[in-house]
Amino acid sequence: MGKLTWAAIPFDQPIQMAASVLVVVAIAAILALVTSKGWWPYVWREWITSVDHKRIGVMYVLLGLVMLVRGFIDAIMMRSQLAIAARGAQGYLPPEHYNQIFSSHGTIMIFFVAMPFVIGLMNLVLPLQLGIRDVAFPTLNSVSLWLTAAGVLLVNLSLVVGEFARTGWLAYPPLSELAYSPGVGVDYYLWALQISGVGTLLTGINFTTTILKLRAPGMGYSQMPIFCWTALASSLLIIAAFPILTATFAMLLLDRYLGFHFFTNDLSGNAMMYVNLIWAWGHPEVYILILPAFGVFSEVIATFSGKPIFGYRSMVIATMAICVLSFMVWLHHFFTMGAGADVNSFFGIMTMIIAVPTGVKVFNWLFTLYGGRIRFNVPVYWALGFMVTFVIGGMTGVLMAVPPADFVLHNSLFLVAHFHNVIIGGVLFGAFAGYTYWFPKAFGFTLDERLGKAVFWCWFIGFYLAFMPLYALGLMGATRRMQHYADAGWQPLMLVALVGAVVILAGLALTILQLVISIRTRERRRDLTGDPWDGRTLEWSTSSPPPPWNFARLPQVQGIDAYWEVKHRRKESTAASAEGQLEAIWVPKSSAIGFVTAFFAVVMGFALIWHIWWMAAAGLAGIVLGALVHAWRVEGEVEIPVETLAALESARPEPGAAT
Amino acid sequence: MQSAWTWHAGVLDPQGPIGAAERTILLNATAIMLAVIVPVIVLTLVFAWWFRSGNRSARYLPDWSYSGRIELVTWSIPALIIMFLGGIAWISAHALDPHRPIRSAVAPIDIEVVSLDWKWLFIYPEQGIAGVNRLVVPAGTPIRFRLTSASVMNSFFVPQLGSQIYTMPHMTTRLNLQADRPGVYRGLSAQFSGDGFSDMRFDVVAVPSDAFAQWLATTRARGGMLDSASYAHLAQPGTLAAPGTFGSVAPQLFETVVMGDATAAVMPPAGHSSGDSAPRSVN
Repeated sequence: MGKLTWAAIPFDQPIQMAASVLVVVAIAAILALVTSKGWWPYVWREWITSVDHKRIGVMYVLLGLVMLVRGFIDAIMMRSQLAIAARGAQGYLPPEHYNQIFSSHGTIMIFFVAMPFVIGLMNLVLPLQLGIRDVAFPTLNSVSLWLTAAGVLLVNLSLVVGEFARTGWLAYPPLSELAYSPGVGVDYYLWALQISGVGTLLTGINFTTTILKLRAPGMGYSQMPIFCWTALASSLLIIAAFPILTATFAMLLLDRYLGFHFFTNDLSGNAMMYVNLIWAWGHPEVYILILPAFGVFSEVIATFSGKPIFGYRSMVIATMAICVLSFMVWLHHFFTMGAGADVNSFFGIMTMIIAVPTGVKVFNWLFTLYGGRIRFNVPVYWALGFMVTFVIGGMTGVLMAVPPADFVLHNSLFLVAHFHNVIIGGVLFGAFAGYTYWFPKAFGFTLDERLGKAVFWCWFIGFYLAFMPLYALGLMGATRRMQHYADAGWQPLMLVALVGAVVILAGLALTILQLVISIRTRERRRDLTGDPWDGRTLEWSTSSPPPPWNFARLPQVQGIDAYWEVKHRRKESTAASAEGQLEAIWVPKSSAIGFVTAFFAVVMGFALIWHIWWMAAAGLAGIVLGALVHAWRVEGEVEIPVETLAALESARPEPGAAT
Repeated sequence: MQSAWTWHAGVLDPQGPIGAAERTILLNATAIMLAVIVPVIVLTLVFAWWFRSGNRSARYLPDWSYSGRIELVTWSIPALIIMFLGGIAWISAHALDPHRPIRSAVAPIDIEVVSLDWKWLFIYPEQGIAGVNRLVVPAGTPIRFRLTSASVMNSFFVPQLGSQIYTMPHMTTRLNLQADRPGVYRGLSAQFSGDGFSDMRFDVVAVPSDAFAQWLATTRARGGMLDSASYAHLAQPGTLAAPGTFGSVAPQLFETVVMGDATAAVMPPAGHSSGDSAPRSVN
């Protein structure tokens, strides 16, 4: 069994063992529940094998929410460790455990919380906003989801069997090389991300094709909603950036498995090449996350202001400018490497230039609010909280783009505060705004507003309490990834940060409570119109939840706010619009290929991590075989007859009837 | 001499010309940006409040979505600020380039820095001595650092003196700093390097030049030879309880470390240590 022995189970580490047991018990409990209720056929048919973009989107978001809890447990462990490990005290987490925790926190929060959340929202909304019936490659979409889930499973497996990487979320060599990290932790990290990275790349290809090739009749590029534009930019970035990540990790894997010397200390390896490459992916990655969040805010602010987005053309130009510029700034992550002043100032200035289109976006949101009739629903709270918080994070980011300022702030807790400021205040607030905004579209009922506001305030206040002290600590010279520190003067601020984390914990608990209560009271909060927020874009023109084919008739698009215009035209003239005849629709059949591929990918990844070569070969064979069997399938689609469509259509209220 | 690390002992309390210049840039750039950030935050809240749906005295403009004049302004404001800040970035990145020598009437001192797992070795090539985890320097004298790493990457950082720089195996980086006044300034590694990372701290002790000469003399007198054997011992992974010194140093040791064969030459069995080669403990 390769390197795998019973010693891989952390029996001697009480904290890790407790976590392992908790994970195993939780999974067993869920499986037992599904089995005892006899839900397996339903779960298998309607969810696991579903290729419907809406179902896939919901599963992505659920995955993100579950992993948010996991990543947060890591976070609150770090905060409590640093609250006590002052002036010689070692706290309760020894370095070999603490180092795993900050590594898995970063890895999970970026790859398995932010990415699934953002990709999930894009999945759910994109085809609906484009007025089409599914993404370009629905089955491939399912493969993407399950490969991401495979990565998640491997990362969580490392809790129970073996260990996770202790090398930070980007695993810089030479520390991550075999010479300094001989354990399986880095291998867990690498294989989990390689497998999920393939899924992400497929998503990028899928969405790009969808947006470029499949829009509703009449929807030119300049009629696409802003969220679609940001999704396009994000997908293009995925296509351009993720292969860099895969290649970089492949080189590190060659070093670790086959004795290559790309990044080793000896035989002319060059670790700084890894640092360059990983950031050539890493900086675009943050825009892959933030651009769709910008898109969510654009939709939310326009909808709840009851106005079109201000400066649509500027918004589009700004989005695409950020998309291109994001590839020209990677060196600002290591000004302190000792490159010359010309190189440093070039990348510093390029970084600052990104602030121009970003600033334009902020102003455009501001002027969308202007002259609006703003309804203060929960998504608006997140949007306003974002505008106030994100500009502060943007400011500290531009500050660190000045090389000499970065020389004293690099790798400090100031930096940690900065990127949490933009990722929590930008991506996470955007994810929550989108979650609340589109939840009724996905499920046909709204989330509880009062609890939603409580969730917002917990995250908002918790964020400031947790991260403003880190800005101050960074200025005092506190660096990141410390397991303990000597300066007792830092402790009060560390305690405040812990309080902030506890407030965020309350927000997380309330998120779950909100979901549970909303489901229980769903009959009261049903939305039969499909348009609970008086929406402007096409996703609100169909029922909630939409049928698998989204639209019985494909909408005819004449402007940016396509559905808004339809509603207002109907108000003005009573004449029935010239709608075409219903035609039978072909929808793709469910497919187990995504799940099967991911299953074998987990087998292969696990076997490679533990050097069980026969099992790795079996896993690979399973993937190839599955793909071949799928490729030779006889029938890929089923027909939805006209009568079914007509019956469903006549049961729906007229568009705009609710307003 | 202050020994406790105090509340203010950070980058906002610089004790040398580099740190002082960097603080100025930090504060200026922040002030310039706040001039826009604060109005934006205020306007966000004011607009959101005034244009709330319940406010009947607010004018509703359901179709207003374009104004060329406003867009000109919204592109110009960030562009102008970035042009200004970009100028600051360009000039300051050149003026404060870590390679750049500090202009001074006082002759500079050369110090070679090697990051080890998990301790800092400071070699004084001209004086022929070395210290571990404590860097004694003459106050008011420019220091020319050459830095490398014998294991993984680290970052050499003394917050109160200014600029940090990476130490990387097989590579030499350069850094110029100066402590204006006598004092004790904390130093650390700012790049995570493994299990002993949190203890990779050192004190920079800046002393008047006569005290520095005296320190050199006592260090030499205390003895201890840093040759390839004692270096190999020192390079073993682990943290040090107390800083130490070596009264003499093998020539070209730093270059040998950069070439990567300082430990390969003589790697003693674990636990081996010749009596004379251990660093002399100082407190």
